[in-house]
Amino acid sequence: MPSVNLPNLIPALPELFLVCAAMALLMLGVFQKSGAKGDDVKSSRLISLLGIVTLVLTLLLVLTIAQTGTADTFAGMFVTDAFAVYFKVFVLIASAVSLVISQDYLERQEIARFEFSILVLLSTLGMMMMLSANNLISLYVGLELQSLPLYVLAAFQRHDLRSTEAGLKYFVLGALASGMLLYGSSLVYGFAGTTDFAALASTLTGPEGEMPSIGLVIGIVFILVGLAFKVSAVPFHMWTPDVYEGAPTPVTAFFSVAPKLAAIGLFIRVMIGPFGELVGQWQQIVIFVSIASMALGGFVAINQTNIKRMMAYSSISHVGYALIGLAVGNEVGIQGVLIYMAIYIFMNLGVFACILCMRRSDTMVENIQDLAGLSKTHPMVALALAIFMFSMAGIPPMAGFFGKLYIFLAAIESELYTLAVIGVLTSVVAAFYYLRIIKVMYFDEPVDALHKPVRREIGLVLLGTSAVILLFFLAPGPLLDSAQAAAASLFAG
Amino acid sequence: MTEFPILSLIIFLPLIGAALVLSVRGEEAIVARNARSVALWTSLITFALSLFLWIGFDNTTAAFQFEERGDWMPAYNISYHLGVDGISMLFVLLSTLLTPICILSSWEAIKVRVKEYMVAFLLMETMMVGMFCALDIVLFYIFFEGVLIPMFLIIGVWGGPRRVYAAFKFFLFTLIGSVLMLLAIIAMYFMAGTADIPELMAFGFPASTQTWLWLAFLASFAVKLPMWPVHTWLPDAHVEAPTAGSVILAGVLLKFGAYGFLRFSLPMFPDATAEFAPLIFALSIIAVIYTSLVALAQEDMKKLIAYSSVAHMGFVTVGAFSLTVQGIEGAIFQSLSHGVVSGALFLVVGVVYDRIHSREIAVYEGLIHRMPAYGLTFMIFMLASIGLPGTAGFIGEVLVLVGIFQVNTWVAALTATGLVLGATYMLYLYRRVIFGKLTKENLMKIMDLSPREIAVFAPLILLVFFMGIYPVPFLDVMHASVDNLINNFELARAASDGVALAGR
Repeated sequence: MPSVNLPNLIPALPELFLVCAAMALLMLGVFQKSGAKGDDVKSSRLISLLGIVTLVLTLLLVLTIAQTGTADTFAGMFVTDAFAVYFKVFVLIASAVSLVISQDYLERQEIARFEFSILVLLSTLGMMMMLSANNLISLYVGLELQSLPLYVLAAFQRHDLRSTEAGLKYFVLGALASGMLLYGSSLVYGFAGTTDFAALASTLTGPEGEMPSIGLVIGIVFILVGLAFKVSAVPFHMWTPDVYEGAPTPVTAFFSVAPKLAAIGLFIRVMIGPFGELVGQWQQIVIFVSIASMALGGFVAINQTNIKRMMAYSSISHVGYALIGLAVGNEVGIQGVLIYMAIYIFMNLGVFACILCMRRSDTMVENIQDLAGLSKTHPMVALALAIFMFSMAGIPPMAGFFGKLYIFLAAIESELYTLAVIGVLTSVVAAFYYLRIIKVMYFDEPVDALHKPVRREIGLVLLGTSAVILLFFLAPGPLLDSAQAAAASLFAG
Repeated sequence: MTEFPILSLIIFLPLIGAALVLSVRGEEAIVARNARSVALWTSLITFALSLFLWIGFDNTTAAFQFEERGDWMPAYNISYHLGVDGISMLFVLLSTLLTPICILSSWEAIKVRVKEYMVAFLLMETMMVGMFCALDIVLFYIFFEGVLIPMFLIIGVWGGPRRVYAAFKFFLFTLIGSVLMLLAIIAMYFMAGTADIPELMAFGFPASTQTWLWLAFLASFAVKLPMWPVHTWLPDAHVEAPTAGSVILAGVLLKFGAYGFLRFSLPMFPDATAEFAPLIFALSIIAVIYTSLVALAQEDMKKLIAYSSVAHMGFVTVGAFSLTVQGIEGAIFQSLSHGVVSGALFLVVGVVYDRIHSREIAVYEGLIHRMPAYGLTFMIFMLASIGLPGTAGFIGEVLVLVGIFQVNTWVAALTATGLVLGATYMLYLYRRVIFGKLTKENLMKIMDLSPREIAVFAPLILLVFFMGIYPVPFLDVMHASVDNLINNFELARAASDGVALAGR
């Protein structure tokens, strides 16, 4: 009997499970009764519920596999280490929570279709592939698998002009970014002769003081540009405000957490893994991108009237802070990024859960002024949103302060004083527009009250995320330890 | 850790009270009443507990007392470390004393969102006491910054017509100073490898880095104190804040800056302190003379007292940077007495504001005819603010001047003009408001102090006289710590002079 060389499937088990489950759910959705009014809603509810269950099971699988330690498979194309596990856990949480808060909105906007959940699942699968990528080819495959469902999701509200515009814009610019990345990868392959991360790392470890070939540097710059597009860092951020504003709100919520997290994870892995030796070549680019993102995100957000657009600029500035940690380029810096991003997704999910509460007689409202007097009409939602806003501004004792603290710890330790000073000063600018939201909610009088009852699942998400943000200071230990382990695993290889 | 964790209890008891207030439900009037009494009782119990600190305090040692230590972020060597010494202990008492007074004073003045108001005040008490007790620099920063949240809400929600502007100005001014301090804190943490304040004090930072660290701390404390020229947020914040907010702002929050100088700048960066002392003197003299003159021209009572605060805090910085025992003790004493006196003056303004709803000086006239008790109260605090012998203000100012006179007579002379100017604007204010003929229609029926208001002022009046006539118990508490501070300072200076000489 000819022996088949089957690769070790254990490290990729969560992904395999997720892909099978997504296909099965797709089949299930297709064969649901349809046609009559309400059938779509029914099937979408079922698939959404099963989708959440799938994500939770995948999360458990990820945690189980993590016990076995670092392992790679598929001829070294795919790796499971503490770093990948850390990001996957938060990506899965973010995706699951996004699904939880989406359903109600989709039903109200009459776009509840079961494909929504399937697309989220498939995109999440792509993110997990990205995070485990150990080769420029598997990186690209993962990235595209993540991006394609996102383009569709952005345009999910088919009859809405803004949503379709957002989808198209996202697609064109995303494709451009992917193209740049691919071009950079091919240059790197041409000059280094390999696409494997480990092999690249050892090839690039030349003798001290020797300059890497110029073609290789150009390749790295192209890869950097492509990744900067995906994390929406300045000057490749232009798509973000339009897409965030145009896409349906739950999709925006999803965009602002899971793909961002995955893209940051990928960014770190590519820069530290194969190109870690060339830190001198790319550090200044990352520093520039970081400063530009913090400054632009901070100043432009001041003038926004639409809260989703404001959150887009806020996310740009948050990426700027995260990139400080990457610019530092050592274990402490990466640990800072990991902590920062974990806290960031909880804040963002919470804020978007609040935005999803902004409804007035069945139409969604998105202007900041619509929040006027929220503290009187919805005291609990206002309190939660105030907690998130103080946290985003980095005011202790909220969790957001600790995120910034660890980032700046890393920057100061590596003596990047200018970067740190610019970072804290732009955080004061950013504090202004976060405070403005609090001002509108607490200092202004209500004009036209928002719709009263808050959906139970959204209420639960608000409770959970605000508790995490508010009480993080009580027990920061577990997150710090796992971030440390994750950062260490990246530098071990 | 076998000792009873009294500091943690004092810090977190108000938080428990706040949780209780939050859980009050029912009709609005009942909620308001219950919220008021829960908040008052919580703060009174906290004050009673804090008195045990004074009773159990050992005056003979400069070491930190009532220490508590717990793991917090062991991976980073950042811990939950609390303790008080002679410098911080009295500030803790000041905070716990002013909080119940504030709550009592806003009993009737605050009618909307009483529950949230009380929660904000209790939250603030936790932050203030925590700030004075923290012996870990990260913990210190968290409390230091955390105060912004309740104060921002108090000014913004319950404040006057320009409250939004004032709240933002207060928040952003303070934040921009604080974030620079945060970077300095991180830098110190890496240099010394610890976040523990006593260890940092003993570390001895190299002279070259001291300058930068000192300036970063100055950025934060100068805004908080406030020193000229970054004092502009203070008049706005005071005018717009509700009465109790002004009391806490003037009484405790301004002391954060003075405390910060004494806890960090002086002991940790002695070389930079010596180098920059003339700068501080210059800024303080400008503050004393300029803001006193500005105060003279004010039409708004609260604004006048706000500017007088800036002038009085100028005395504090002069005293602290004179680096003499008398000067530093005077600075601490002046901080405490200013906390009581200016807090009381804001309450005095609050009394007539509650009745007439105006703070314009021109609106009032001849109040003595209708309100004799009020006139007497106002006079006591007004004279204490001027620094009349026998009142609390006198001791602090005299000690500061004695201290600075040994260092630089010119600085002493110029600072002393503040006393004359202070008397001018205060007496002028008093004459316009209290004396004269009672001709204005709306003042004809104004009522004198109510029993509740008397209860608010009585402890403060007693304290003003107690501190003024028999200041020894207060000075004894701080003496050992201040001595130790100055000895260490001189040792460090001598050591670095030695290094400089050897380097020649």
